[in-house]
Amino acid sequence: MLKKKVNLLWLVAFAIALFVPNIITNPAYRQIAVITLIFTACATSWNMFSGYSGYVALGSAAFYGTGAYTMALVALHLHVHAGGDMFWLVPVGGIAAMLVAIPVGLIALRVRRHTFVVITIAIFFVFQLAAINFGFTGGTGGLTLPYIPWMIQNYHVPFYYVALAMLVFAIALSASVRRSRFGLQLLAIRDDEDRALGLGVKVFPVKLTGFAMSAFTIGMGGALYAMMQGQIYPQFVFDPIFDISIALMAFFGGFGTLLGPILGGLVLESSQQYLTVSYSNGSLYLILFGVLFLLVVLFMPQGIVVFIRDWWAKRQDRLAAANEAVGVQGGHS
Amino acid sequence: MNSSALIHAVIDGVLTGSVYALMATGLTLIFGVMDIINVAQGIFVILGAYLSYALSVHWGIDSFVGLVITIPTLFLVGIVVERAFIGRLKGPEKTAMSILVTYAISLVIEGSLNMIFSVNYVQISASYVNKTFRIFGVYFAYIYVYGFIMAAILLVALYVMLYRTRFGASIRASLADQTAAALVGIDVKRVSTICFGIGIAVTAAGGMVFGATNAFNASTSYDLISRLLVIIVLGGMGSLGGALLAGILMVTLEDIVGVVWSPVWSIIAFYIVLVIVLSIRPQGLFGKQSARVA
Repeated sequence: MLKKKVNLLWLVAFAIALFVPNIITNPAYRQIAVITLIFTACATSWNMFSGYSGYVALGSAAFYGTGAYTMALVALHLHVHAGGDMFWLVPVGGIAAMLVAIPVGLIALRVRRHTFVVITIAIFFVFQLAAINFGFTGGTGGLTLPYIPWMIQNYHVPFYYVALAMLVFAIALSASVRRSRFGLQLLAIRDDEDRALGLGVKVFPVKLTGFAMSAFTIGMGGALYAMMQGQIYPQFVFDPIFDISIALMAFFGGFGTLLGPILGGLVLESSQQYLTVSYSNGSLYLILFGVLFLLVVLFMPQGIVVFIRDWWAKRQDRLAAANEAVGVQGGHS
Repeated sequence: MNSSALIHAVIDGVLTGSVYALMATGLTLIFGVMDIINVAQGIFVILGAYLSYALSVHWGIDSFVGLVITIPTLFLVGIVVERAFIGRLKGPEKTAMSILVTYAISLVIEGSLNMIFSVNYVQISASYVNKTFRIFGVYFAYIYVYGFIMAAILLVALYVMLYRTRFGASIRASLADQTAAALVGIDVKRVSTICFGIGIAVTAAGGMVFGATNAFNASTSYDLISRLLVIIVLGGMGSLGGALLAGILMVTLEDIVGVVWSPVWSIIAFYIVLVIVLSIRPQGLFGKQSARVA
């Protein structure tokens, strides 16, 4: 029965998501909605590898940027018709990111967790510097994509639905990985990598596959973002804040849970975008964000999802105990 | 390119590298003792730089003299941060959580610094910052030499403390094995707090020299922390000698590539060396093979 309830909840959430562009009509806020969906999809995908395997990757912006540049370069050089056709390049961006993730993973996944974190950061900086310094990327001036001649009022609507589809894809993939044998192997690596190896899990290929799979959606996110913005700069698509943001979303909601990064992404990214649009004072925002972040990590170290689940379980226990007590009293009278 | 430029690059690299080595030693000490990756180290360096800057601008206190104020100040900041936030972390995801917590701390400090000092770049100025002297036809910048001497003194002091005192012995014991250290009666919690304080305190000195040799603002910390992390990974995380050697090696290499090839590629060389070394020695130059955490 609980299962049915949960499925129903997903359906309701999806139905509401379908009508968001009808509710939000301001283009600025629609853009926030699209970016929120993109980030949530990226966070879900990040969590599918890092959350399940325990290998916290902090260089995912390398894949995001790769997707963005793939979109820009292919659209420019193949003279793709500016408009809906460019959406076909979104999965191409994902594939490019995946292809990049394989050699990166071959290097970074050789080491254990703590060092892995740092190496992913270092590799990310290599990508950012390369984007700034190579000629074909346009340097710090970035690249301008073909101009899409859509009306500004409804410009973001198609992007919204593509981003929504991407999020659904990321959630479905993450859920099916979680239920699969492959997902169990990732979880086994998180719990005890040496023992998993001893029990016959082919640890390295499993990690590499998970890593490349998570890069796919992140690359698509970058490609979609580039298409929507129409202009990309190396410091914005290869952004260290992106790395930490998606990790934060996952931790905020619940590291390694399916629902956590979705919740974290929706709450954090939308509030962040809203605050930056509403208040020009970025410094105040940094402080608020940091304080919120500290509070969550210190008081709900397992994330909101687990926190609420535990609270609910405790409440149920208390109710059951209270009922029992009432029952006992009733017996006496 | 000529050989004198190359010699110059090597000398500058060793001189500035020692300052990076000092900052990286603090970082690797914190990791080794506490299993904490302190990504706020970059912003603490900048905080140290701003403190020295403020002292020299508002009260005219020379930056090297000001260290007697800034080092204890950052030591105390470190103690408070450890007590308030870092010390509360526990459990299997402690290290991953530590990255997030220290990142959050760094955001708060970054925002505060932006508000106090604005985002405009500043640089610490003093009479010796732009002066040079000449020995055997090679020019030395005073600030680099002073910075090197200061870093050397502090590093020696740190090593004497670690290897010649009883407290140092308990730090090294905690570095080697926390559980065993606790079993022989070492107060690991207290050692951790003080280590964190020391790890942050060295950034005051490093930040002062950094701020005198580079124009900086709060977001410069991103570049700093990525370099420092590369240095400690290359040296082997938790290895003090490794951090020292890797710091000097990397900065020297960066300077050499900058002279021989182009400054644009020098920073990339920094990261590429890391990738190559790790493909051969995943644990870094001096890392322990047993650095496996279940």
